Amino acid sequence: MSKDVLRVGCAAGFSGDRTDAARPVVDALIASGGPSVLIFETLAERTLALAQIARRTDPQLGYEPLLDEMLRPVLADCLAHGIRIVSNFGAANPRGAARRIAGLAHELGLSVPRIAVVSGDDVSGASHRDALNDGLQGALAGRDLVSANAYLGAEAIANALIAGAQIVVCGRVSDPSLTVGPAMAHFGWAADDWDRLARATMAGHLLECGAQVTGGYYADPGLKDVAGLARLGYPIAEIDLNGQCVITKPAGSGGRVDEHIVKEQLLYEVHDPAAYVTPDVVADLSEAQVRQVGSDRVLLRGVRGHARTDSLKVNVCCASGWLAEAEISYAGARAEGRARLAADIVRERLAGIGPLRIDLIGVSSVIADDAGHWLEAVPDSGATDVRLRMALRHTDRAQAERLAREMVALYTCGPAGGGGVRTSLRPTLGTLSFLMPRALIPSRFDFFDPQREGAA
Amino acid sequence: MNDNSSIEPLWRAAHGRTGDKGNRSNISVIAWDPALYPLLVAQITESAVAQRFAHRRPARVQRFLLPSLHAMNFVLDDVLDGGVNDSLNLDSHGKALSFLLLDMPLQVPHELRIHLAGTTGSPTTKPHPKETPST
Repeated sequence: MSKDVLRVGCAAGFSGDRTDAARPVVDALIASGGPSVLIFETLAERTLALAQIARRTDPQLGYEPLLDEMLRPVLADCLAHGIRIVSNFGAANPRGAARRIAGLAHELGLSVPRIAVVSGDDVSGASHRDALNDGLQGALAGRDLVSANAYLGAEAIANALIAGAQIVVCGRVSDPSLTVGPAMAHFGWAADDWDRLARATMAGHLLECGAQVTGGYYADPGLKDVAGLARLGYPIAEIDLNGQCVITKPAGSGGRVDEHIVKEQLLYEVHDPAAYVTPDVVADLSEAQVRQVGSDRVLLRGVRGHARTDSLKVNVCCASGWLAEAEISYAGARAEGRARLAADIVRERLAGIGPLRIDLIGVSSVIADDAGHWLEAVPDSGATDVRLRMALRHTDRAQAERLAREMVALYTCGPAGGGGVRTSLRPTLGTLSFLMPRALIPSRFDFFDPQREGAA
Repeated sequence: MNDNSSIEPLWRAAHGRTGDKGNRSNISVIAWDPALYPLLVAQITESAVAQRFAHRRPARVQRFLLPSLHAMNFVLDDVLDGGVNDSLNLDSHGKALSFLLLDMPLQVPHELRIHLAGTTGSPTTKPHPKETPST
């Protein structure tokens, strides 16, 4: 690898990730002394819709709720050492997040950094309504649209960094673009340098789930042991001017980076490995290889790229009704038989309500299918500690509430010895995806202006 | 099964991880050792995996080979009961599904047993003597 290396550290792989992950990553980036970037990936498929709902209740909200906890411990050091921060923690309100970061800098006694806000992903407005209806072929009719966002690529991020942004706040961008943008800006790659963009894309793909490439989500005691999961080091990609990368992690942190772990994450959420489609490029892993090149250091090579497609993926979220769940426990002799009888009773009471899922936690609760084919094939195993779980969805809240009432009524009307009833009822979101012509979705950035827009 | 081979759970020969997008699941199967990779290709086929997941009624099972990684990637369409937003499953992402696949039986010639990981103990295997872990 060349000596000109850009280090990209990742301190979050989803909204809800450990918020103390950034400190060791930033310390390692500072110690490296070279150009480096810190990314936070906090936006799963549903997260943005939840953020949109939060923004409906308070126009100041709608960005990552843990933004303060993630940034506060490292903001001063990142700014002091020239470590730029790129994230999609803007969610449904990137400008709100920028305002909050300005406020945080103020509270820490720092001068307000140059914060760029990337926009263009929100396609829920009137100007895109025809394109939405075309793409969804009428599926939107009569539904409560919560959010519609396109997955943007890396170009606006790269342009913001070239223009001098210290922090780039995005809403929906493809996860690997958080890494591709800084690499494009640093190395001066063109937007059609497909091989290099593809390699950086796969570096970003390896980073985007945080600790999943450093030993998180891998351990299986006795077969796949990983030390130090309670103090996992989050990943750093060392990217060279050809886009090739070494994945590593902060010295002394928990976890491990080895070939097997990197392979698991390389194929995570990949379909055809010859055509991993992002907004920036179509990456081809057919000839990819991984090689251990040092302790906790794995080199990825052999990735190629093909021209990007003419469309961007759009995720549309709609309110879809209610999810009702209810549970009750049975223990001791014939417990499984009593749990099965309880399920039969509730099923009979709710006949006609629609699909009703039955799980016997302790016997079968995860591998089974909603329709119950698996459970039907499993005879009473004689289990003596079983928790019955039942679940249903309904568009009508009052109907969904019936599940909880029937489960509670088992206290007096059900089999012997049932206890520990818990019930929940939650509003649900449905997601629809389609491809929209890229030409309809221009992305751009602009600098947050603290004089005009204030700090929160 | 002949005298020169034994049936082992797949997890002794390979490891993997499940990912999801919408109602589609992908499950990687990665050989613990390059010497075991041809066994995986020969035995863990699209039809064998479709059979393993029959209760979830997959609309299609595709297998992609990655010989330079000694890995395979399975893509199972419509096995998540609608996916994370629509499924009634506690594990609506289907994250546990790799463990269903990795419990499939694999016929392993004796000369390749040295490359296996872990020890036996899966319900899919026939009883045979315990071995020392190779890792």
